[in-house]
Parts: sequence; structure tokens; C-alpha cells
Amino acid sequence: MTARVIVVTSGKGGVGKTTATANLAAALANMGKRVVAVDGDVGLRNLDVIMGLENRIVYTLIDALEGTCRLNQTFIRDKRIENLFMIPTAQSRTKDAVTAEQMIEVCGELRKEFDYVLIDSPAGIEAGFRNSAAGADEALVVTTPEVSAVRDADRIIGLLESMDKSPIRLIVNRIRPHMVKKGDMLGVSDVLDILAIDLIGMVPDDEAVVTSSNKGEPLVLSQSTPAGIAFRNIASRIEGKDVPFMNLDATDSGGLFGIIRRAILGH
Amino acid sequence: MGFFTNLFGIHNSGQIAKNRLQLVLLHDRSDISPEMLENLKKDIIAVIKNYVEIDEKRIELDLEREDSSVALVANIPVMTVRRQRRRGEQ
Repeated sequence: MTARVIVVTSGKGGVGKTTATANLAAALANMGKRVVAVDGDVGLRNLDVIMGLENRIVYTLIDALEGTCRLNQTFIRDKRIENLFMIPTAQSRTKDAVTAEQMIEVCGELRKEFDYVLIDSPAGIEAGFRNSAAGADEALVVTTPEVSAVRDADRIIGLLESMDKSPIRLIVNRIRPHMVKKGDMLGVSDVLDILAIDLIGMVPDDEAVVTSSNKGEPLVLSQSTPAGIAFRNIASRIEGKDVPFMNLDATDSGGLFGIIRRAILGH
Repeated sequence: MGFFTNLFGIHNSGQIAKNRLQLVLLHDRSDISPEMLENLKKDIIAVIKNYVEIDEKRIELDLEREDSSVALVANIPVMTVRRQRRRGEQ
């Protein structure tokens, strides 16, 4: 096996890196691939809670790097999906607990055992980001249609290009189609105009993302929510399948007003 | 409301966001390193030398930022202009 190693990153915090990592890992595993999701955010780990595996941590990546255990002892197998694994990082340590060389070595080891290694990068452009990206071949940049997130995405794309990651593809997360329609939110085409990189997916703003993170269950596992479908589509595109982009208008409730508006106006 | 705001020349906030982003990124991206500027200078000199003789030591090249634009401003002293060759002549 020679895994594709993909770093999921954004520059800005809170745009959905960890959610994207967890859901793409789950979706790829559901497609029969052997997948490991690695938490690259030393000191602020969250992939464990989003994936609902926080109670099963024994060893972390840092333990393996320090020789306390073997790398495969850090693997947490997800019991809900076959072939899905997670490697947690340490919560009580800082970013200097890992070096870029160590990450390259770890990724090299993981490559032999998996089809996909997805690395959840920390926010920022400093050492934590650089280390988490060091061992990756490809990158997924997550942004939301907001000026701050798009600006930071532009910065991160420049850094990823200088690190020779390829392809670098964009996920536009948390789109509110009714606001885009009104002209009160950047549309995906605006974001692509500005960032000029390839789009791999757009994910509508979806309350199910909140409820699934509350429960620690990946969205893609449960019912067919708009965001869950969007992440599944992205996973298929990562696999090289030609999946058309979803019509976001159809997914949009537009909140309470949208429901009332549609009840009255019929659209 | 859209009608009135458009009438008064006020764009929707999405368009405002796009315009602001384009501008801010123009500035962000124009923060180029001294090495890159030096390389740019070398390349420009190489091209210009095909046409005119210039004083390479006195070339000034810099990015000037104003509110709504970034300009690459070059001051290149010309010594002599090369004689124009007719087409076909080597």
C-alpha cells in the first residue's frame, strides 16, 4: 500500500478543518479504503472529540515519537466503520513536541499501511502548520465565504505552493445559499475568482454539523444531510470520480424566514 | 430593498466583500521578498537590453502602494537606443 498523504488546512481557525478531516476520513473508509486521520494540532487536539473517539485514547503520536510506544499502538480503530483509524496527539504538550522531520518519518511509516493519511492541521502559519504539512503530498484548503477566512486561505495557499504540495484544492464550507442569492454573501464563484485554485467541494451551512459534533458521530455515517452528502461527494472526487457539484439552492432552508417564504411564495 | 440600494449605488454586502478582498489581497500578495524583487530586476534588464542600452547601476525598481492600487514603478536611465533592424536582418 502507498497512501496518499493529504493535509487539511485553512490558515484561519474555526472554519471547519477538523469537521472536514473527520468526515472525509469516514467517507473514504466507507468507500472501502483504509484510512487514518492524524490529529496534527498538538496542544489543542479536537479530532478525537469530533470523531467520538476521545474515551479510547491510550497512547498519542507524541508518545510514539518519544519511544514510549510503537506507532501502531497509537491507532484507534473506529468500531463503526471498517478500515477507519485515528491517531490522537497530546493535549498537554506544545507544538515543539513534533518536528517536521518526525512528521515526514511518521507519514512514511503510515504510507505503507494505509490508502489515505489525512492530517488535521492546526490554524495559523507557524511551526504547527508547517510540521503537520511537512509529510503531506497534497493539500485541502478549507475556507468559508467570509473576507477573513478567504484572506487567510490565500496566505496558506502561497505557503503550500512554496512547499510544493500538489494538488492544492479548495473546500468552501458553510455556504448559505439564500444569502448568496440575495447578494449578501460571497458565492463560490467569487471565492474561486479571488483564490484561483481548483475547487473540490462546496458544503452548505448545515445544523446537522453541530448535532453530529455534539454526539461525536461523523455526518457521513448518519442520515442524508446536505453537508453529509457534500462531504461524501468530496471524498468521491478525492478518489478521482467525476461527481457533479450539488445544487445548493435545493439544500437551503433559509432559516425560519426561508420556510415561511417558501410556504407563502412557493419558492 | 435591493432596488433602492442599487439605485443609490450601494452594492450588496457580498459584492462589497469581494471588492474589499481583491484589494486587500493585492496588497498582501505584493509584499514580495527582496530576492524576488532583485530577480525581477534582472529579468527586466535582460529584456530591455534587447532594445536600448541602459545604465544598470542606476535602475530603481519598487512597488508603490496606494489606496486602491499597487504599481510597479521603475526608473531606468537609458544611455543609447539601439538602431532598429529591418525585418529579416540578423
